[in-house]
Amino acid sequence: MSADAQDEPRGKHGRAPDVLRVGGWLPMREYLQNDEVDFAIVGTGAGGATLACRLAEKGFKVVAFDAGAWWRPLEEFASDESHQKKLFWTDERLCDGEDPVKLGNNNSGKAVGGSMVHFAMVSLRFRPEWFKARSQLGYGVDWPLDWREMWHYYGIIEDALKISGPVNYPWGPDRGRYPYRAHELNAAALVLARGAEALGIGWTATPLATVSAPRGLAHPCAYRGFCVSGCSTNAKQSTLNVWIPRALKAGAEIRDLAMVGRVVVNDAGRCTGVEYFREGRWQFQRARNVVVAGYAIETPRLLLLSATSRFPNGLANSSGLVGKNFMVQSNQAVWGVMDQEIRSYKGPPSLAITEHWNYNDKKDFFGGYSYMSQGPLPVVWALTETRRGLWGDALLKDMQHYNHYVGLKMVGETMPQERNCITLADEKDDYGLPIARVTHSNCDNDRHMIQHALDFMETALAAGGAKDIWRETDDTCHLNGTARMGSDPQTSVVNADCRSWDIPNLWICDGSVFPTVGGVNPSLTIQAIAYRTADRIEALASRGEL
Amino acid sequence: MNPYTSRYPGYDVLNKRDTPSWDAITRKVIAQRMATPSEPGFLDIVRWRALEALCACIVPQAADRPQAPLAGMVDMRLQKNAGDGFRYARLPPLREAWLTGLHALDEESKARHELPFASLERSAQNALLSQMQHGELTSAHWKGMDAQLFFTQRVLPDVCGAYYSHPYAWNEIGFGGPANPRGYVRMYYDRRDPWEAVEAKPGKERQAMEKNRRVR
Repeated sequence: MSADAQDEPRGKHGRAPDVLRVGGWLPMREYLQNDEVDFAIVGTGAGGATLACRLAEKGFKVVAFDAGAWWRPLEEFASDESHQKKLFWTDERLCDGEDPVKLGNNNSGKAVGGSMVHFAMVSLRFRPEWFKARSQLGYGVDWPLDWREMWHYYGIIEDALKISGPVNYPWGPDRGRYPYRAHELNAAALVLARGAEALGIGWTATPLATVSAPRGLAHPCAYRGFCVSGCSTNAKQSTLNVWIPRALKAGAEIRDLAMVGRVVVNDAGRCTGVEYFREGRWQFQRARNVVVAGYAIETPRLLLLSATSRFPNGLANSSGLVGKNFMVQSNQAVWGVMDQEIRSYKGPPSLAITEHWNYNDKKDFFGGYSYMSQGPLPVVWALTETRRGLWGDALLKDMQHYNHYVGLKMVGETMPQERNCITLADEKDDYGLPIARVTHSNCDNDRHMIQHALDFMETALAAGGAKDIWRETDDTCHLNGTARMGSDPQTSVVNADCRSWDIPNLWICDGSVFPTVGGVNPSLTIQAIAYRTADRIEALASRGEL
Repeated sequence: MNPYTSRYPGYDVLNKRDTPSWDAITRKVIAQRMATPSEPGFLDIVRWRALEALCACIVPQAADRPQAPLAGMVDMRLQKNAGDGFRYARLPPLREAWLTGLHALDEESKARHELPFASLERSAQNALLSQMQHGELTSAHWKGMDAQLFFTQRVLPDVCGAYYSHPYAWNEIGFGGPANPRGYVRMYYDRRDPWEAVEAKPGKERQAMEKNRRVR
């Protein structure tokens, strides 16, 4: 057995872990630090890994960096919520604002593969109109992307991950059937279905990135239910076991346990590479292009940390918008007790969904929300109970209903607001770098949507048969914004190709680039944008415009 | 607690330790957790006593059953300085919060009862904690830390998070526990795989207990 993944890098000596085989290794190409690679990519999550894979497949020289460890799921992912916190970004961050967010579990990752290693596998397309939210729906801003082009890329990603989903999806333009059949619904999902049918709205089996039939060395999902603690069977199709193995095969190098602390820019105002901390010392990798893909907190943090005399407010920040328009998604829920045994710990946590309120515009707020069935494991569930003030005998008594509890939880679109932002705090982390301060407050529209969702979900849960319903009023999920894409350098950080307006060889490719956030989980859209970005880079390179 | 009054009498998730529901890494990490010593490695003895008493209030464990070493688990976390990945800007870092909070709890207790927190009757302890929960503790001993935030953001998550990561808690609530590689098959309402806890229906506690003894 090799040394602990958190102590010693594994992507070394011309090889990398083969995560699909116990103890296996794959050959990995390595580049010299003095070798000016085509792309240095910071972060290997949904954005960085997808882009690394595609750029390598197109023949570019790629080195991708991740601050986290390169885990072997088959041997190293325990069926245990607490132990698996090793997948989360647990370095300190300060949270303030009127509605400070909680971080570190469902919305961050520190591992090769990023937070897709522990994502709930929910793989949804944006509603087409969201790409023109301002001009078609009257809120937020327009994206510089066309939904038809995105529809094309969504199809590619769904096939790459062999998404298991329904034959017909009830909302939006035709998308064909999903590559793998939908999973069987568990009791928690059936309650959602029952409630939706009672209220006359649509519902469907959730499109999920966990296979319902064998795929290569991966067995079908065994319904362990530990999905958000990391999948130990590789049924989950993620950055870690899909995009990164493909990237390695195509000649990309991945450096694990490598924390990038600065993007280096020369006097001419172009990136020359990245400074990163690995094996106890700061090192430098030369690169023709740098891609920042650290997600909505670490991406702006790195851009701000990389300030120079020429760019005193941080890189790519002539608009002043780096770190601004930080958007969470509202993640409130209703919970109730069923007469029947539900045992929602079995199976993927969100097997059924309704996007009714994403596609229905007869409502008194902007934006949309979906809601899904839930499968909280005991620690997450107990903490949910404590947030409504339960402890002592009252807590133990209510925890006795664990197997009878059922819930509906929203993924709600919040509005972009400049006051919601990532800035640098005075406090330093273990690398000696200022930590991020995350400031977040809901706006009136956010509150209206949450109220609407809680009222509607409560009616739906009661119609599904639940009693003693109560509301979880303060949770959030997914982080986006902070380096928005747009058509105007004055009002955006990158263009439609994820390329900085200010520094032509600096790119940003992750959820940071979202101008608005939509009412669905963002990972599929992040991957689709990354896949598109690689195609655009190839086109630009062929025209000599890189 | 009398086993017959539990909703899952006789269910012991540890009986599955050597079945296809537990893999090697899971056996290892849970064995380590269960072996957490009930003695302080980080806290001084005075604060340790306050922590033990605090844990007993937040999660009252039956005296006639083996107990999860909650104070030890919290202390172990403090030893490792294992943060959450964020903190509210109004709270100090993990260790400082606990050091200040446990000391302040004792001082609040002494001011009211002339006894440290651990020496109070359970009812007086609970009353004091209820005051903390409702933002009524504001003495200088908190060194500016918001006692209510300490209670809701540190005490409850850290103590309850420790308890519900322990197999004894899983037994109590009928959680299936570790599930690799076997997973589950029966997903429908009121369906149970043979390796899941049997719920005792009223009047059928003895039958449930007999079945639970065979759950593997």
